[in-house]
Amino acid sequence: MNRTTVVRAIEVHKSFGPVHVLRGVSLEVHAGEVLCLMGPSGSGKSTFLRCINQLERVDDGELWVRDELVGYRLHRGRLRELTEREITRQRRGIGMVFQRFNLFPHMTALGNVVEGPLRALGHNRADALAAARSLLDRVGLSDKYDAYPAQLSGGQQQRVAIARALAMQPHLMLFDEPTSALDPELVGEVLDVMKALAAEGMTMVVVTHEVGFAREVGDTLVFMDGGVVVESGPPAEVLSTPQHPRTREFLSRVLG
Amino acid sequence: MPLRHYGRWISAAVVLTLIALLGMAFARGGIEWSVVGHYLTAGAILHGLGNTVMITLCSMALAIVLGVVVALMRMSANPVTSTVAFGYIWLFRGVPVLLQLLIWYNLALVFPTIGFGDFQTRTIDVMTPFMAALLGLGINMSAYTAELVRAGILSVDRGQIEAAQAISLTPGQIRRRVVLPQAMRVILPPLGNEFISTLKMSSLAAVISYGEILESAEFIYYANNRVIELLIVAAIWYLAVVSVLSVVQHFVERRVGRGFQHSVKRTGRSLGRSGKGDAA
Repeated sequence: MNRTTVVRAIEVHKSFGPVHVLRGVSLEVHAGEVLCLMGPSGSGKSTFLRCINQLERVDDGELWVRDELVGYRLHRGRLRELTEREITRQRRGIGMVFQRFNLFPHMTALGNVVEGPLRALGHNRADALAAARSLLDRVGLSDKYDAYPAQLSGGQQQRVAIARALAMQPHLMLFDEPTSALDPELVGEVLDVMKALAAEGMTMVVVTHEVGFAREVGDTLVFMDGGVVVESGPPAEVLSTPQHPRTREFLSRVLG
Repeated sequence: MPLRHYGRWISAAVVLTLIALLGMAFARGGIEWSVVGHYLTAGAILHGLGNTVMITLCSMALAIVLGVVVALMRMSANPVTSTVAFGYIWLFRGVPVLLQLLIWYNLALVFPTIGFGDFQTRTIDVMTPFMAALLGLGINMSAYTAELVRAGILSVDRGQIEAAQAISLTPGQIRRRVVLPQAMRVILPPLGNEFISTLKMSSLAAVISYGEILESAEFIYYANNRVIELLIVAAIWYLAVVSVLSVVQHFVERRVGRGFQHSVKRTGRSLGRSGKGDAA
């Protein structure tokens, strides 16, 4: 396997005050790969995801996205923390979808999707609107351009959120428990959009509890516990013959 | 049979009686209502009204600009900036407005000239009654506005900022496009009240001889002794302007509430959904 590495984490550490959340996470994500992160709550999987696009700052270790060191640059042989503006630039190219959607409530669905291309990428209005409409069509919301988030169901809101992230033309998409806040009957519509995205070859890191999705769509399943990667491999293998007792214990609870 | 609201009828009767008694008292009190009517549209009064409205609008504009700046400074990660903002709020909120007006107006007593380097002018030329009223009212209100703006900004969900960061908006864009519009929804109702307070507080500028409506009324009753009549004239105009402001406030609040007033629909949906769940 000789694919480009998109994300490379080497012994990543992160603490919140006295709480040591990430205790040396190492993993790699390759171009076109769908990597599913699983683990009990508090295992650090969401924190790790948030480190990738710098919603959290890495304390120790190295985190690389493509060939850039996340959050730092080399200056006269020493690492210097990036400024807000440089961080903003580094985030470009990474899309993120949140558990609680976080759509802008004062903007319509279309407004949410064009915001990034218009303001951050400086696209012209007509092009941005056309692209946003086609993205909303793609996630099955062609009749909801002018709806405000409060007028949409959870599943529809999450699909708008995915369209909003895709509008930035990312090379990497991060999903932070995208279906955990949804009513069960709305989970399918969001997973379908994600499956389609994976089929198009998007590189994806997905924090999820959806075992079915991981098995069907995931290329790699990484199991985290206590701030470290406990086990990883092809989902079918990890799910059917987990090697580590903690993985086994977790899976027996999730699979019931 | 529909429920009878006896309480409402009784309270209505009590209120009407009291209003009637009050009305009778005023009718017998020797108020010349024709004088009130006459002066309501007198040139001097309308001129004063214009000045009142102008100083209110100008002070509020100054208060909002300074208030936003001070609120952002107060919330800054830079300890120097936030301490300066804290001190500003402490000072200008703590000293009575009347006193602040007097200080600005009398600044020439201690600083005969102001300016930078070679550009010096006489303070008395700069610190006109209008200028003193503008600074006194505007800066005092800005201290309150700063606290309102800060509360509004704090009310915006952290996830909103993260979502905006995730689509690579710069900190400035996040403030302007995401945080402030949502904070406005929280800020506007109390800001409307502040507007009304400023309008009424502008009457204090009469003491520094700014020609607002109360001062106009005073000048007239010094001459003709119709004290209560002219005060009623001023009161009527204050109430009229406040009523107009309330209507404006209503429409502005509706405008910034876009996207937020549809929750009723959604509740209806989720109720229907849980009903289905129960059946299953």
